[in-house]
Amino acid sequence: MNGTVASRDWPRPGVPLIDGIDKVTGHARFTADLDPCGALVGRIFRSPVSHGDIVRLDVSRARDLEGVVAVVTGDDCPRTYGVLPVAMNEHPLACGKVRYRGEPVAAVAAVDAETAERALALIELEMRELPAHYTADSARAAGAALVHDDRPGNLERAVHHVFGDPEAGFAAADLVREVRIDCAEVNHAQIEPHAALADYDPATGQLTMQSVSQVTFYLHMMLAHCLQMDESRIRVIKPFVGGGFGARVEVLNFEIVTALLARAAQGKVLMQLTREENFLTHRARPQTAIRLRLGMRRDGRMTACECEVVQRGGAYAGYGIVTILYAGALLHGLYAIPAVKYDGYRIYTNLPPCGAMRGHGGVNTRHAFEVLLDRMARELELDPFAVRRMNLLSAPTRTLNELLVNSYGLPECLDRVERASGWRERIGRLPRGRGIGMACSHYVSGAAKPIHRTGEPHAVVNLKLDWDGGVTALTGAPDIGQGSSTMIAITVAETLDLPLERIRVIAADSAITPKDNGAYSSRITFMVGNAAIDAAQRLKDILSEVAARKLGVRREDVYTAAGMFLARGSDATAVSFEEVAKAALVGEGTLTIKGTFTCPPESQGGKHKGGAVGATMGFSYVAQVVEASVDEDTGQVTVHQVWAAIDCGHAINPLAVTGQVEGAVWMGMGQALSEETCYLDGLPAHASLLEYRVPTIIESPPIDVQIVESHDPLGPFGAKEASEGALASFAPALVAAVANAIGIDLDELPATPDRVVEALIARRRRARLKSAQESAP
Amino acid sequence: MHQDQRPPSRKRLVRLCLNGRWREDAVPDHLLLVNYLRETVGLTGTKTGCDGGECGACMVLVDSVPMPACITLAVRCEGRSIETIEGLSSGGSLHRLQRAFHEQLGTQCGFCTPGMIMSAAALLRRNARPTDGEIREALAGNLCRCTGYVKIVESVRAAVDDAP
Repeated sequence: MNGTVASRDWPRPGVPLIDGIDKVTGHARFTADLDPCGALVGRIFRSPVSHGDIVRLDVSRARDLEGVVAVVTGDDCPRTYGVLPVAMNEHPLACGKVRYRGEPVAAVAAVDAETAERALALIELEMRELPAHYTADSARAAGAALVHDDRPGNLERAVHHVFGDPEAGFAAADLVREVRIDCAEVNHAQIEPHAALADYDPATGQLTMQSVSQVTFYLHMMLAHCLQMDESRIRVIKPFVGGGFGARVEVLNFEIVTALLARAAQGKVLMQLTREENFLTHRARPQTAIRLRLGMRRDGRMTACECEVVQRGGAYAGYGIVTILYAGALLHGLYAIPAVKYDGYRIYTNLPPCGAMRGHGGVNTRHAFEVLLDRMARELELDPFAVRRMNLLSAPTRTLNELLVNSYGLPECLDRVERASGWRERIGRLPRGRGIGMACSHYVSGAAKPIHRTGEPHAVVNLKLDWDGGVTALTGAPDIGQGSSTMIAITVAETLDLPLERIRVIAADSAITPKDNGAYSSRITFMVGNAAIDAAQRLKDILSEVAARKLGVRREDVYTAAGMFLARGSDATAVSFEEVAKAALVGEGTLTIKGTFTCPPESQGGKHKGGAVGATMGFSYVAQVVEASVDEDTGQVTVHQVWAAIDCGHAINPLAVTGQVEGAVWMGMGQALSEETCYLDGLPAHASLLEYRVPTIIESPPIDVQIVESHDPLGPFGAKEASEGALASFAPALVAAVANAIGIDLDELPATPDRVVEALIARRRRARLKSAQESAP
Repeated sequence: MHQDQRPPSRKRLVRLCLNGRWREDAVPDHLLLVNYLRETVGLTGTKTGCDGGECGACMVLVDSVPMPACITLAVRCEGRSIETIEGLSSGGSLHRLQRAFHEQLGTQCGFCTPGMIMSAAALLRRNARPTDGEIREALAGNLCRCTGYVKIVESVRAAVDDAP
């Protein structure tokens, strides 16, 4: 465990967000709320077809319209960009070819929105249409038109991993079963729509960019790359961000387009995307088809796992290669399985590109896995909790694919939700139509190997102590509502034994804060938390030295408590933090301290190809129970209550941990019950928040959150992630609850009324067929 | 000559009482209340989260009734009282709903929060002791993507219990 924590008592109350008051008063400025003085309005012209060559693009009439200041096209940015250095194949504005309906082709900056929209109507585009593929099957078929000429079969990436001896494992099994599971594409649907404000100063050649980014450093890098500017001429600032959930990890085309417009207009451009455009610019969880086979002994012990995953990736690479790798890598790390074979296929299609979404890559395979585990338990007449307990890991250990597991609180999570939900008393005793189901999940606490391997530490935090006695923490880690700045304030305050009010956090402004790899893979608490503790510890060392001089005692006899430095053995002598801070500045001036964290090499994954994906310092573990009822006439599934227990190592802020777990469970519920994005010939059919059915407060159940603390040896105060792991176990627990309620096994997500009714009809048909066969002569 | 080429004016004067103070502005007929508040007045606490009437992030009170400002015309507010999140706290202290949303973590990213609080404020004004069911019903038009609504219900409940 890194750092010492002031309070280990339980329950600890937790603290509200340090920026919470700005949010409840409406003072918080999100990107669209920034000073629009002098800003032009940006708008994007999008492709009306899904796949085609650009024959003629004429923007001259738009450019000539009174009030239009700049028009940009693919000619203004010949370079491709992307989040993975090995797969940067996207243009901010189409160059020569479009690959999905709605892809940006040109953009205008005008004095007001009406003029900008009139200008869009004056753009002339002539296309030669190509055959388009909207499903992975169609894109993989022989002779299919290629989305990218260099990717035969429209195969973005195939992954083949074998660990252990699956054949021997299946041979040793008493029961081998297989499922085919289909999960619809879902969307982050963060409530703040995408927006960017770019300000280009032609006199100095400097660009200031404010955007909704989760990773301002990627944005900074890609702006420099696409605009062919020196990185040092660009400043990227993150205002308040209204949720991310993975949507804003990758640099998005509109951000680069806004900067291109600002430079072309030699001024300031504000771009605000509509909700419909947000659905086109989504990078969310791909539609996934899974075939999964498990071998099990009669006592519930697993002997082997074989899994094939096909992801409909969309038109560009984005994060795709990582997503398809995660889908296999996270088969490991939750249970002990002696043999695992994984085949993953990421397919290009003519749809908006998918990317990372909360629980990146692991959610859909975990769903299939837990669903099959539940069905096999039933067949063997074993309790689903008992089956999980037969397959537990024992920490510390390394998984077959060389992932590090240093702490493992899953057993206690199982105990806690089993008790809290009254499982033993209630399973099998609920009235028809009502059921309970359970499942488990896990997630990484930060990707141990960053995408850009620069040799720098994984996290850097700067602390500034000045004459006012306040401590300012400077971090590049973007707080996007998850409470990361509050987490940093707490770790610094606890290390220094100071009240939280004395800590100020400034986050994600490239001119002020140190570089950070950003808000993704739940890395901030583990990595940046550790760096913050390191910085605070260094500051404490310096101040303790000064305090020792003031107290006239040896350095090792100085300790801190509640904002005071005290001398051991003589409690009467004490000096306040303020006094010590003032003394520390004598002859020195303002103190600036740096803390860092680097993931140990043994946490950075195996040597096999793709082995870095899934590698982390520690996994969160979750068990959850869902109680639901099904109306067999309408097919409506209602969730009544959820119990979720999370092993987050140590809850730095218990209030925020429960908030994150509730949000993750609930987002899992949306995917399980109602959320899906469908396309009609490439046109999004669910491109509004009325058609894309995010659960409202009416259908959202109470969620009981239990915190389990396994005290990870490497975590900051022993902490691990708490924001993503709980999502993946909701859907399988819900499907198990439906099976428990009405005896129907659902193979598709979401469990919408039409799918439930279809399953009920299919069962009636099977029953009729069976009785007809039995009564036949 | 130059004067004659100017486009005809499409604005009219609107007087309304915003957060307790009367004001008068020239607004185009098609201007939405949300854009009036954000662009004309400069109060950005009221948010736009969708393409019209989907999410509730722009909820304001028009004569104490919660209305999505993104589907309300500014000119229709002539003579009316408009309340936004900026007008909720008074005398330097937070409204009990604001305090509860802050302390109970009813806000995470904060984008839906102003609209959510305004809907809740309207509820508490007409029903001082709502049940959990009534709270859920009153907030059914406000989407939140962060909290799963658990702590939102708890926040409103805490504000109800905190009533003077």
